[in-house]
Amino acid sequence: MANRIEIGFRQGIRDALGEKIKKRIVGHLRIHVDSVRTVEVYTIDGDLTPGELEKAARGPLSDPVIQEFAIDRGMACGFDWLIEVGFRPGVTDNVGKTAAEAIAILTGKPVRVYTSRQYVIGGIRDRCALDLLTRADAERIASELLANELIQRCEIIDGRTWDPAQGMKPHVPRVMGEDRPRTEEIDLDCPDEALIRISQERVLALSIEEMRILRDYLKNETVLARRKEVGLGARITDAELECLAQTWSEHCKHKIFNARIAYDDGEGHTREIDSLFDTCIKRSTREIRERMGAGDWCLSVFSDNAGIIRFNDDWNLVFKVETHNSPSALDPYGGALTGIVGVNRDPFGCGKGAKLIFNTDVFCFAPPDYAKPLPKRILHPRRIYEGVREGVEHGGNKSGIPTVNGCLVFDERYLGKPLVYCGTGGIMPARLNGAPTHTKEILPGDLVVMTGGRIGKDGIHGATFSSEELHEGSPVTAVQIGDPITQKKMTDFLLVARDRGLYRTITDNGAGGLSSSVGETARLSGGCELDLKKSPLKYPGLNPWEILISESQERMTLAVTPEKIDGFLSLARKMDVEATVLGHYTDSGWFHIRYGEETVVLIEMSFLHDGLPQMSLRAAWTPPHHAEPDFSEPDDLGGAMKEMLSRLNICSKESVVRQYDHEVQGGSVVKPLTGVVNDGPSDAAVIRPLLDSFEGFVVANGICPRYSDIDAYHMAACAIDEAVRNAIAVGAPLNRLAGLDNFCWCDPVRSEKTPDGEYKLAQLVRANMALYDVTTTYGVPCISGKDSMKNDYQIGAVRISIPPTLLFSTLGRMEDVRKAVTMDVKKAGDLVYVLGKTFRELGGSEWYALRGAVGNSVPKVHAKTAKALYEALHRAIRAGLVASCHDCSDGGLGVTLAETAFAGGLGLEVNLRDIPAEGIGRNDELLFSESQSRFVVTVSPGSREAFEAFLAGCTFARIGTVIPEGVLRIDGLGGQRIIKEDISALKAAWQKPLAF
Amino acid sequence: MPQRIRAIVITGNGTNCEMEMAHACKLARFDEVEIVHISELLHGTKQLDDYHFLNLPGGFLDGDDLGSAKAGANRILHAAVAGREERLYDQFARFIAAGKLILGVCNGFQLLVKLGMLPGLDGHYDRQTVTLTFNDSGRFEDRWVYLRVDPGSPCIFTKGLYGLYLPVRHGEGKFVTLDEKILERLHREGLIAVQYSDENCREATLEYPANPNGAVDGIAGICNETGRIFGLMPHPEAYLHRTNHPRWTREELPEEGMGLALFRNAAAFLRSANF
Repeated sequence: MANRIEIGFRQGIRDALGEKIKKRIVGHLRIHVDSVRTVEVYTIDGDLTPGELEKAARGPLSDPVIQEFAIDRGMACGFDWLIEVGFRPGVTDNVGKTAAEAIAILTGKPVRVYTSRQYVIGGIRDRCALDLLTRADAERIASELLANELIQRCEIIDGRTWDPAQGMKPHVPRVMGEDRPRTEEIDLDCPDEALIRISQERVLALSIEEMRILRDYLKNETVLARRKEVGLGARITDAELECLAQTWSEHCKHKIFNARIAYDDGEGHTREIDSLFDTCIKRSTREIRERMGAGDWCLSVFSDNAGIIRFNDDWNLVFKVETHNSPSALDPYGGALTGIVGVNRDPFGCGKGAKLIFNTDVFCFAPPDYAKPLPKRILHPRRIYEGVREGVEHGGNKSGIPTVNGCLVFDERYLGKPLVYCGTGGIMPARLNGAPTHTKEILPGDLVVMTGGRIGKDGIHGATFSSEELHEGSPVTAVQIGDPITQKKMTDFLLVARDRGLYRTITDNGAGGLSSSVGETARLSGGCELDLKKSPLKYPGLNPWEILISESQERMTLAVTPEKIDGFLSLARKMDVEATVLGHYTDSGWFHIRYGEETVVLIEMSFLHDGLPQMSLRAAWTPPHHAEPDFSEPDDLGGAMKEMLSRLNICSKESVVRQYDHEVQGGSVVKPLTGVVNDGPSDAAVIRPLLDSFEGFVVANGICPRYSDIDAYHMAACAIDEAVRNAIAVGAPLNRLAGLDNFCWCDPVRSEKTPDGEYKLAQLVRANMALYDVTTTYGVPCISGKDSMKNDYQIGAVRISIPPTLLFSTLGRMEDVRKAVTMDVKKAGDLVYVLGKTFRELGGSEWYALRGAVGNSVPKVHAKTAKALYEALHRAIRAGLVASCHDCSDGGLGVTLAETAFAGGLGLEVNLRDIPAEGIGRNDELLFSESQSRFVVTVSPGSREAFEAFLAGCTFARIGTVIPEGVLRIDGLGGQRIIKEDISALKAAWQKPLAF
Repeated sequence: MPQRIRAIVITGNGTNCEMEMAHACKLARFDEVEIVHISELLHGTKQLDDYHFLNLPGGFLDGDDLGSAKAGANRILHAAVAGREERLYDQFARFIAAGKLILGVCNGFQLLVKLGMLPGLDGHYDRQTVTLTFNDSGRFEDRWVYLRVDPGSPCIFTKGLYGLYLPVRHGEGKFVTLDEKILERLHREGLIAVQYSDENCREATLEYPANPNGAVDGIAGICNETGRIFGLMPHPEAYLHRTNHPRWTREELPEEGMGLALFRNAAAFLRSANF
């Protein structure tokens, strides 16, 4: 029997959530409402007595100081509309789970608890007592703000028909359905059209070529003979088909990055590229490591869930960045939450396992003030922004991992798919129990153990779904909601198990679920045998194939030796974490999965992993030509400066930053916000992971998708340069920086839907060429990376593709964090320097974007020159000669000068004529050109000579001084004063746009 | 011969500041500092009676899913300790009765309040009379705040301190009392050890963002009548070294962070006490 316990705030107690929702109804939906109150509803499916219900309501469920409760009656009264939002069956309900645990501790009785929330809305009463808030308004509030129909249901109640004594009837969203697990067999011996249909209907995302390979595999006599021994025939099982589709998905196999590409460079030359991954990314890292020789500090690159580098003799650092774009488009909160707790498991499941020490997140959205009609199935960008922000907040904060930095990028083309990049770093002892920790080993006979959460239907088809564009039939089950606390409990347990040597190898369950985690690790021993029937399920009714590929979160897979298994399981029990032996690893050469006694999958390991032939693709580069904007230098450059500071890609992101805990774990050194009142924009984060040492590390990002509109080569080069110079700016040495590449592209395979696929693939080729060129020159090896190649939206005739986007992230070791430098000016009288040369490079700039133009003069990286500058600047920083250092990126020098000044609360007096420049005759162009590898640095007068000596041979100039008055004074090329603005006004312009 | 002093830092179920809290105890020269997972207490392999200083660090107990620290408090109040005829709460009660020290930070403060251990008026350590609820802003915030210290408070931890500058990192930190009478008693008995204040640490403030959550009378932390149980929303363990300070690159600061003083006071008190 089910009961409802409703919890509301007492009269007179502020309902902060209600107030926030009210603000959004009024501000975003432009609907008049007078009041919004919230009521938390717990629907308890169990056998509790009235006394126990009251005890639960009074005890863990409500706070006696501020709340009151109602059992099996309505709490709300005197409203116009009540909207109750609850989860659909099977959707993760973290609060419900916690409530059930609390009630079980309290009463000793097992119950299931489902939560929902009521929004109790009162309309404005005017003198005529008209109904100002209609049902249509309430429906709009429900669908556009409160509920996501993919995962939630909502009920709208009219206040006039409400009877509180009756309340609402308990609704139990239990997963219904018959519990008759079965395995279907599919005949692939059929014509192409039928094969295509099978792939499409089952969301397999397999091409016709791939389907044909499966068809032919099942005609092999040896295969058939072996299959016969375990009771399988010539037809493929659904579990086999699904397992192969996951393993062979673009998401897991990176088919495009590994393809053979014929690249036409647009100048009459065609080159064969045998895998971009091998020839650009891996090759660069290999060459850099060879150059480093005995000093090579890379430990594990591209082979594990994350990259591993040496921190010092005793500790290693681990880093990985992933994206979670498609799920975040459908359910921003759940998608992003799953993104962050998902990427947490990569460093955690890397080598022997790392303790997680930082997150860094980069989001690309359409502008939150988007005002045009929305295409079908697309949520408003503001909702995506808020949902993603909150998902990452809950995922990061509740896991106790500091979100040390990140950034937000805005472009209308992210309307179809937002990009949600989540990165996580970890630290692991270099050796444990005498053995290195950065390698993995499994021997036949080791047990396959799954630990953490249970398996449900959530996240089925995540890997294949993200391998195609967002379309009408995109599966709802691909959406899932992470549970950070279940994961935290699991990681607490596994770190203890790791240190006690209770397991041999660890990996995470992400895309593809068990099929992927066990399939991958089984390569280390040469096979495996599993029984899916042993898997703990969230609810009955899952078919074997669903158990195999479900992407239910918070699960790790471990290889445990038989002699350690008792210790492992008993520690898990003690620490209240579920752990289950599912089978064992073998050296049979077969991926063998049973459900009880019945074999449901038997695939050769070699076919599973190497049966997929290399794709052959064509790429053709034709440089685009854009109109050059035609406008003259504005008279009011101070006004222009403020306009630039208010650009979404430039303005302050403080409202987001503050909602992330960036200091937990106690090692925060350079925070995301800095300066005299803690609100200036830091270039990079500096962290001290070991509290009894001053060694530290730097984390930085670079991203500039707009440049792709001109040439993705330069987009990539600039992104890498930005990530590197941000790290340099706070004090990292260039020779200890590692990189991570994370490519998000629009479909680059030519097809009917993508007629310009060859151009998009050429963009990818060029971006990779830049990656090779710049990283090898800098000596910054990539240690891990990821790609997401289908960031398109297609419903009906509407197609929206993202601009090709590379996020480059850097992780660098710093010998002594006390040498770190921040971007804010420090003292009046300090000298202002510009480092690096400014060219007329406004193509793709914010200055042109402000005028709706793209242009053609894209910024270029002069890597050799920049390298010398970075090394010289680093020596000066190490010598303690630099008071402040801020890099120039979006908005160029002008924005950097303004930020440097207002962050430090002091003015600047500078002269543009002193700036080292080439080919620029206009003040606006000099101020807003986005040339790369530049910094604004301030130096105390006493350090002038020493500083300049360090920089000898590099392009730099002293352009002015820091002044005590809070004014930015800039003299132009003609000698006249062109800008005189209060720094408080500049700061206000910079802070305003996203201060909601 | 001064007494050997032992600190315990409880973790598990979503606690996440245990490492820096333990580090603070080490810097304050506790003889033994142990991070103990709550399962060890529930399984009876460790017990509170063996320690002198109980640290309840920040985090999100059970995700704060039922309201901050609610499910965590429920566990301590009702879960039985394996192999013993007692609940975890009984060990807490003995610890308090023995006159030992308890410090709850952020989620640990929320836990103490929801267990009823703070303010624990008239020695009732199981009656909730105050709470910490959602910030007025309706959002989690990480920002540094100035704190005024009440020199007349019996609080052991803040003895000799004038003011503090520490980060808050919470979504549910607004201090509220059941009624005016309780608020008035907290003031009268000096139990309000720290208040959000202006940057001179002189005047308590209600103004956002100096008062980051809308706490009544700017209350940031309270102690019980003996001053031995203390809870606060700001994080002293997050400021143990000058490089933790948000403006360390522009201000002359002592090497040691301000937060450490609280732990030093705890150590000094315990060293001179007899148990």
